[in-house]
Amino acid sequence: MKLHLRVWRQSSVEDRGRFEDYELDDVSPDSSFLEMLDLLNEQLLEQRKMPVAFDHDCREGICGMCGLMIDGMAHGPVPGHTVCQLHMRHFKDGDHIVIEPWRVAAFPVIQDLVVDRGSFDRILQRGGFISFATGTAPEANSILIPKDRVDTAMDAATCIGCGACAAACPNGSATLFTAAKIGHLGHLPQGQPERYRRVIGMVEQMDAEGFGGCTNVGACTSVCPKEIGQDFISQMNRDYLRAVLGRTGD
Amino acid sequence: MWRSSIGKKIIMAGTGLIWIGYLLVHMYGNLKVFAGEEAFNHYAESLRTLGEPMVGHGHALILARIVLILSLAAHVWAAMALTRAAQQARPMGYAKFHQASGNYATITMRWGGLALGLFILYHLAHLTWNVPVLTGEYEPGNTFDKLVVGFTNPVNVVLYLLALVAVGLHLWHGGASFFQTLGWRTAANRQPIRFLTGALAIAIPVGFAVVPLAVATGLVA
Amino acid sequence: MSEHGHLWQEGPELDGQVPLGAIENQWDDLRFSMKLVAPANRRHYHVVVVGSGLAGASVATALGEQGYRVSCFCFQDSPRRAHSVAAQGGINAAKNYRNDGDSIRRLFYDTVKGGDYRSRESNIYRLAQISTEIIDQCVAQGVPFAREYGGYLDNRSFGGVQVSRTFYARGQTGQQLLLGAYQSLTRQIAAGQVEMHVRSEMLDLIVVDGIARGIVVRNLLTGELRAVLGDAVVLATGGYSNVFFLSTNAKGCNATAIWRAYRRGAVFANPCYTQIHPTCIPPSGSHQSKLTLMSESLRNDGRIWVPRRPGDTRSPDAVPEPDRYYFLEEKYPSFGNLVPRDVASRNAKQVVDEGMGVGLHKNGVYLDFSEAMERLGRATIEQRYGNLFDMYHSITGEDPYAVPMRIYPAVHYTMGGLWVDYQLQSNIPGLFILGEANFSDHGANRLGASALMQGLADGYFIAPYTIGNYLAGIDQAAVTADAPEVTGAIADVRNRLSALLGIQGRRTALSLHRELGQIMWEQCGMARTAESLSTAQTQLQALREEFWNELYVPGDAGSLNQNLEFAGRVADLIELGELLVLDALHREESCGGHFREESQTADGEARRNDAEFSYVAGWTWQGEGAAPMLRREPLAFEAVRLSERSYS
Repeated sequence: MKLHLRVWRQSSVEDRGRFEDYELDDVSPDSSFLEMLDLLNEQLLEQRKMPVAFDHDCREGICGMCGLMIDGMAHGPVPGHTVCQLHMRHFKDGDHIVIEPWRVAAFPVIQDLVVDRGSFDRILQRGGFISFATGTAPEANSILIPKDRVDTAMDAATCIGCGACAAACPNGSATLFTAAKIGHLGHLPQGQPERYRRVIGMVEQMDAEGFGGCTNVGACTSVCPKEIGQDFISQMNRDYLRAVLGRTGD
Repeated sequence: MWRSSIGKKIIMAGTGLIWIGYLLVHMYGNLKVFAGEEAFNHYAESLRTLGEPMVGHGHALILARIVLILSLAAHVWAAMALTRAAQQARPMGYAKFHQASGNYATITMRWGGLALGLFILYHLAHLTWNVPVLTGEYEPGNTFDKLVVGFTNPVNVVLYLLALVAVGLHLWHGGASFFQTLGWRTAANRQPIRFLTGALAIAIPVGFAVVPLAVATGLVA
Repeated sequence: MSEHGHLWQEGPELDGQVPLGAIENQWDDLRFSMKLVAPANRRHYHVVVVGSGLAGASVATALGEQGYRVSCFCFQDSPRRAHSVAAQGGINAAKNYRNDGDSIRRLFYDTVKGGDYRSRESNIYRLAQISTEIIDQCVAQGVPFAREYGGYLDNRSFGGVQVSRTFYARGQTGQQLLLGAYQSLTRQIAAGQVEMHVRSEMLDLIVVDGIARGIVVRNLLTGELRAVLGDAVVLATGGYSNVFFLSTNAKGCNATAIWRAYRRGAVFANPCYTQIHPTCIPPSGSHQSKLTLMSESLRNDGRIWVPRRPGDTRSPDAVPEPDRYYFLEEKYPSFGNLVPRDVASRNAKQVVDEGMGVGLHKNGVYLDFSEAMERLGRATIEQRYGNLFDMYHSITGEDPYAVPMRIYPAVHYTMGGLWVDYQLQSNIPGLFILGEANFSDHGANRLGASALMQGLADGYFIAPYTIGNYLAGIDQAAVTADAPEVTGAIADVRNRLSALLGIQGRRTALSLHRELGQIMWEQCGMARTAESLSTAQTQLQALREEFWNELYVPGDAGSLNQNLEFAGRVADLIELGELLVLDALHREESCGGHFREESQTADGEARRNDAEFSYVAGWTWQGEGAAPMLRREPLAFEAVRLSERSYS
C-alpha cells in the first residue's frame, strides 16, 4: 500500500519543530506501524537524510517505550494496543496519516517523536513502592490475599507507563498513571502501611510536574493499552480525601 | 489540600452539591406556581420570614445568598485554576486531535459553566434586581405576577430554556464527577450512579421548564 | 580438534572457585567465611551497575539498601522498560506448596538435567536454595502473583517438568517482577542511595592494573562521553539473541557491554549455547523487525502438522486427514507434540526446509486446535488460551479459532555469556556479571521459568554478599580521571564513534544487521554442521569488512543519534557472531541448544560427548585479527549422575 505521512520533525528540545510530508510505497499490510516507520527511515537514509527518531523497544506491547499520536489518537485507532502492536492492515491504501509526539508539558520533546517521560519516574519516587529491605520478607504464604483483591491489584499493576493517558487527556493529566500505581499497592495488604503517605506524596509530585487535573473525561482509559479503568481514579481520590482529613484508620 | 488538583476538584464537588441542593429547593418553589397565585406569593414571602422569630426578617435569605455566592465563587475559582493548569499542561496542541472519550456534556463543562454564570446574572437582573426592560409591566409586590409577565416575553423564555439545557448538561457530567471525585464511585455502583445523575440531569431542567412553558401556553395566567 | 588448531590458542584452565564441602553447605559456608564491610564504611564504596532489568535493578537496590553508593545505567528512558519485562510464563521456586514432591534437590536436578550437563553443579544448587526466598521477597514488594480462592499463592506446571513450582502473574510475570524490582530501586533512588542514569550506554570497560575500575558511558541525549569510576563494576546487560536479528528480544537488546568487557580481557563462555523457542509467530515478510513468542502451553492442546506433499498450496481445511503429516506425533509417539523445545524446533525446521512449510512465505507449520475444540468445546479453549489467540489474531490478522495457527521457532534466550566464578565475578577482579549476561546457571539449555529466578537470585541474594566480600578485601589506590587507562578508554570510544560516522558508505546499519541475522540463522541456527559453520565464518568476515567499508550513519555524535547507537551495537554483534560460530565449530557434540548434525543418534537425537566436551569453553580476546584463546573449566557431576535423555 501507498501512504502519505505527515510527521513531526524537531531536531532538539530548543528547536521549534515543523511537520514534514513523506510518501511511502510498498508498505505491507502485515507490517506493524513501527515497521512502517523503519521502512520510512531506510528510505530517508537512502536519500541521505536524518531518519525520524522514535522510541521503541520490545515491540510486543509490554515495555511501554513506544507511543505516538496517530491521526490524533494515542497509539492509533485500535483500542487496547500500543503502536508497536498496531498493524498497517488497519489503514487503507492511499491514507494520509498525521504522526505527532505526545504533547504534554511534563513530557518535553527531545527529538522528532521522542519525549522525556522522566516525570513518571519522579511521581513513583514519591511513594510508588513498599518500604522494606531485601531479606526481611516473611514467608510468602503468611500474607493471604483474597483472589478478587489480587486480581484487582493486577488490573492496575499492568500499567506500562507509556504516557498515552496523559497524551490523550484534554487536560494533559497523569491521573490514571498515578492512580494505577496507588490502586495496585492500595489493594494489597503489603501496601497498607504506606497507603495514605503514598497518595499524598504521589499526587503532590504529579501536580508539581505540571500535569493538568482530572475532569473525569475518561479519554485515558479509552486509549490505555492495558485498558486500566476509571475506578482506580475514584479510589485514589477517596484515599486522598481520607489522607488530608486524617481519617486513615480504615 | 486546596492547592492540589484533587483538592480543587473536591471543592468543586462540594460547592456543586450545594448548588444542586439549592436548585432542588428553587424548583420546588417554582412549582408552587401551579398551586395558584396566592399560594405562590405566600411561599415567596415565607422565604423572607423563614426562621422567625429566632432569625431576623430576611436574614435566612441573606445567609443563603452568602453561602451560594461563596460556593459559586469557590466553584469558579477552582474551575479556573484547573483550566489554567490544563492549558499549561499542554502548551502546544495537536495538529489533529480526536477526543477519545467523553460526551457533549463533558466537553462543554467549561463553556457551559461560563454560560450558566452569565445566565445567573441575567436571571438576577430579571427577578431580583427587577430591571424594567426584562420584567415588563407587573404589579409591584406580586411575585406571581412578575413571573407570569416576565415569561410572556419570548426572549426571556428562550433564554431560560437554553439555560436549562446548559444546566442539564452541567449536571450530567458534574453529577457523575461528584461521585468520582469524592471516591464514592466503584465498579459495583457505576450503573446506579449513572442512572441517578442522568435522572437528576433530566428532572431538574424539566421541573424548571414546565413553569415558563405553562405561562407561554396560557396554562398559568 | 587438532584440525581447527589454527583457529584458537590453548590457554590455562579456568577455576570456578567453588567452595569445598558438601554441595548443600557450600553457600552457607562461604557466606560465613566472607569478609564484611562495616555499615558506616559502606558509603565510601561506589559500585557501578550497568543494566536495570531483574538482575541490575535488584543488585542496585540491595547494595543501596546496605548503604553502598550505587550508580545505575540503562539505555532506555526508564529502568522499568528493561527486557525482563517481556517474560510471560513465570518464575520457579522450590516451595513445594503443592505437596507434589518438589524440593531444592529436585529443582537442582531438573536444572542440571535440563541444561544437558553443561553447567556448574554448585551454582545451580545455590540457585535452587535461594529460589524460595525470591518469592517471599517479591510478595513483600507487592508483586500480584496469582492466588487461589483461599488467598494462598497459586502454582502451575511449566516447561515439561513433573511438579507445579511455577509462580505467575497472568501472562505478565516478567513485567510484574520487574516492576517490583523497579519499585524497590525507585525507593533507593528517592533515598539518594542509587543515582540512576537513563538513556546512557556503556561503551567501554576501564581496567587498571588488571582490575575493573569503571566504565565509559555515552549520554545518548547529549552525546557526552565520560568515565564513571567505581570500586566494582556490575554488568547485568542481558543476552545476545539479537545476533540473529530476528529474535524474541527487544530491539534495543544488545551485547555491547559484555562484548567491550570481552575485548578488555573478560572471558566469554559458551557463546554457542542459544535457545530456540518453538512456538513463535513466523515472519510475515521482509519488513519483519522482531518475532513474538507465544506460550509453549499451546502445545498441550494444539496438534502440529504440515501437508505431506511439498509445495501443497491448498488451504488447511482442504487438506484431508491422510494428506496431513503430524510429524511430531508420528516420529515421537510417546511424547507427541510435547517433545522438548529443541526437538520440536528442529523438526519444524526440517519439514519447512523440505518444502512442506505453510503460509504465504511457506515458513511455518500449523498448530491446529480444531480437534481440541471439538473435544473440549470452544469455551474451554477460549478460557485456556484466549489471550494468546487474541494476540495471534492481532498480529497476523487471522482468526485462530477458524484457521490453524502458524508457528515457527525463534531465538529466545542465550545461555552463554561472560564467564564468572562461584561468586559471580569474572576473571577480571572487580567485574561482576549477573543475569542472562553471565553463563552460569543454565548450561546448554535453560528450563522454562528459570531465567527470572536466576536474574533475581543473582541480584538480590548472591552478588550483594559477594561484592561486599570483594570490597572488604580491596586495598588499592584511587583511580583519577586523568589516569592513562581512563583517558585512553574514552579516546578509544571517541575514535570508534568517529570511525562509524566517517565511513559514509551506502549500507544502513539495519540492512547489515538483517544480513548478519540471515547468516547466523541459516548457518548457525537450530542445526549446525562443520560445513555450515565454516561458511558462516567466511560470510561473517566478509560482512565485517562490508560493514566497515560501506556503513552509512548520518548526523554526528554530539546529540541524540539513534542510528549511531544502533550501528555500534551491530558492529559488536557481528564480532560476537564470529566468536559464537567459532565456539559452535569447536564443540563437536550436540548438547542442549547446540545441535551438531554430525553428533546425533540414529533417531535424530542430540548426542553429547561427555568424554571430550564436559567443560565450559571460555574464550579470551587476544587482539584484533589474532585467534582467541580457549580456556576450559572442567565440569564434574557428583551430585547428579550423567545420563542421556530420550524422548522416543
